[in-house]
Amino acid sequence: MGQVVVETRNLTKTYKGFTAVDGLNLNIGEGEVFGFLGPNGAGKTTTILMLLGLTEPTSGTVSVCGYNPTRDPVQVKRIVGYLPERVGFYGDLTARQNLRYTTELNNLPRKEAEGKINSLLATVGLSKVADQNVAEFSQGMKQRLGIADILVKEPKLAFLDEPTSGIDPKGIGEILNVIVKMAKKNMTVIFCSHQLDQVQRICTRVGILAKGHLVAEGPIDRLGREAVGGEQYRIEVQVAQPAPALVELIKQTEGVINVTGSADSLLITCNRDLRPQISKTIVDSGSSLVGMKIEEYNLEEIYKKYYRRS
Amino acid sequence: MYAVFRKELADHFNSKRFTILFLLTFLAGIFAVYIATQNIRSEVTFGTECIFLKLFTTTGKSLPPFLFFISLFIPLIGIALGFDAINSERASGNLSRLLSQPIYRDSVINGKFLAGLSVLGIMVISVIAIVAGLGLYIIGVPPSSEEVMRLIVFVVISIVYGAFWMALSIVFSVFFNRASTSMLASIGLWIFFFFFMPMISGAIANARVPIDSNSSATLIANHYEVQGMISRISPRTLYEESTAVLLIPELGSLNPALMAISLTSAGRMLTPLPFSQSLLLTWPQAVGIIALAAICFAVAYLGFMRQEIRST
Repeated sequence: MGQVVVETRNLTKTYKGFTAVDGLNLNIGEGEVFGFLGPNGAGKTTTILMLLGLTEPTSGTVSVCGYNPTRDPVQVKRIVGYLPERVGFYGDLTARQNLRYTTELNNLPRKEAEGKINSLLATVGLSKVADQNVAEFSQGMKQRLGIADILVKEPKLAFLDEPTSGIDPKGIGEILNVIVKMAKKNMTVIFCSHQLDQVQRICTRVGILAKGHLVAEGPIDRLGREAVGGEQYRIEVQVAQPAPALVELIKQTEGVINVTGSADSLLITCNRDLRPQISKTIVDSGSSLVGMKIEEYNLEEIYKKYYRRS
Repeated sequence: MYAVFRKELADHFNSKRFTILFLLTFLAGIFAVYIATQNIRSEVTFGTECIFLKLFTTTGKSLPPFLFFISLFIPLIGIALGFDAINSERASGNLSRLLSQPIYRDSVINGKFLAGLSVLGIMVISVIAIVAGLGLYIIGVPPSSEEVMRLIVFVVISIVYGAFWMALSIVFSVFFNRASTSMLASIGLWIFFFFFMPMISGAIANARVPIDSNSSATLIANHYEVQGMISRISPRTLYEESTAVLLIPELGSLNPALMAISLTSAGRMLTPLPFSQSLLLTWPQAVGIIALAAICFAVAYLGFMRQEIRST
């Protein structure tokens, strides 16, 4: 993890008595794919607007790559790309003309811009329709054009607000692939969604926002342990020809809290990842280790847990 | 800002809206001048000065002059250029994307206003120039330098008047989410100023200074004075008064009572005013229109800058 790209301290936004975002503390580093989860109305879009400088925070500080978006909005917008939900383009212009307009607004020289536009249209798979009017595009094509629109200015940070809403499964897969490619080039991506399976597929860290509060934040497996696993690691083990004292031996392994289950299928709870020790214990005792799995937490369970809690 | 300006200008020129408006205005103008050229011989019975300007102000037997058409169409052009300036961007989902580019927020509204102003200017100048050229060809009398100067100031004031209507419709486009609402609001105001304002000013004048066939001259003068004052609330009155003074050099005063007298054929005997005097006379009206346009633009600007931009 390199330098910090987004940092907020106690960020708050209230609208006439309604608190949209309350005391948000965020810290996102370079190259991360950060998933911003939350139900509708949780404050995700408001947070993004504040990070872009499109809305003024009521209190708290926010810094994006070292710049304050309220004071230096143009600086921030040079290095940040924003793909809003249900992005729109000028329908009577072609895809290429729309991208060209964006490059003009970013003061990119003409020749360089043309080359970039062509390569990006290829990356998002829109080369064949580059010279068709955007009014004829499907929503999926518009979303892909939106991603090309962000990438044309080579930002360091990209905000994607529900980029896959309204798109068929094949289109979703394509868009997620493009996002992963972006992250590999050391671009930081903040991905807002309430599609938990998609977030689970590509995000390295997750923040759960509910009613303006950040109720949980961290890598998915850690969150899962905290939320569902009671902060314990659960390891499932299948054993063939279990030795009689196997359960006792495993219980005696340091760090193991409990062992439940029948003789050949055990569920071991421990306070850290003890898979190497447990597999050694099983093999040493003369039993055969058939399968071993550490429980992975489904983001949906985690989400439900936190959502219910708030 | 120039990128926004260029794109908006290109959009305007490529739109069907522009073509239709231009054709309409153009045809109305040519028609009016043609009628004027037919009737100009009968009008020019006393004095041969400023014949060229009479092209624009002469009426046919039952048809209104070119001036009337222009004062009718310019607000419509201004409204058509501005009514969906901001709310079309919002509706098509472009506004968030546009404002996430490294441009200052005011570049958007400034670029749109300038593009609209340029198109307005091009339309007004070209229509008046074509109509003047046609008139020149038909009647064969070239304008004097004073007439040309009056025409130029007329063009400038017409553009400012159009800019006022455009700024007004941009205000509505900033505050209303749907283009249809802002269009209706703008046209509603136009109808109000065009049709209802004269009636209202007459009614108020009747209430305050009632006259009948036996009233004294001072009372009648008072009546028209009150009516004139009230009607000056309407920008249309301001425009018509200032252009009337410019294009009818014999018009020596904007006092409504005297105007009513001088516009009849007896009044036409008065000697025409020199250009500088006409300019002085029209100055308050012109300033009024400029101020109105500036205020409308300021309201639109502030409104846009302070709004929150959400894509949904």
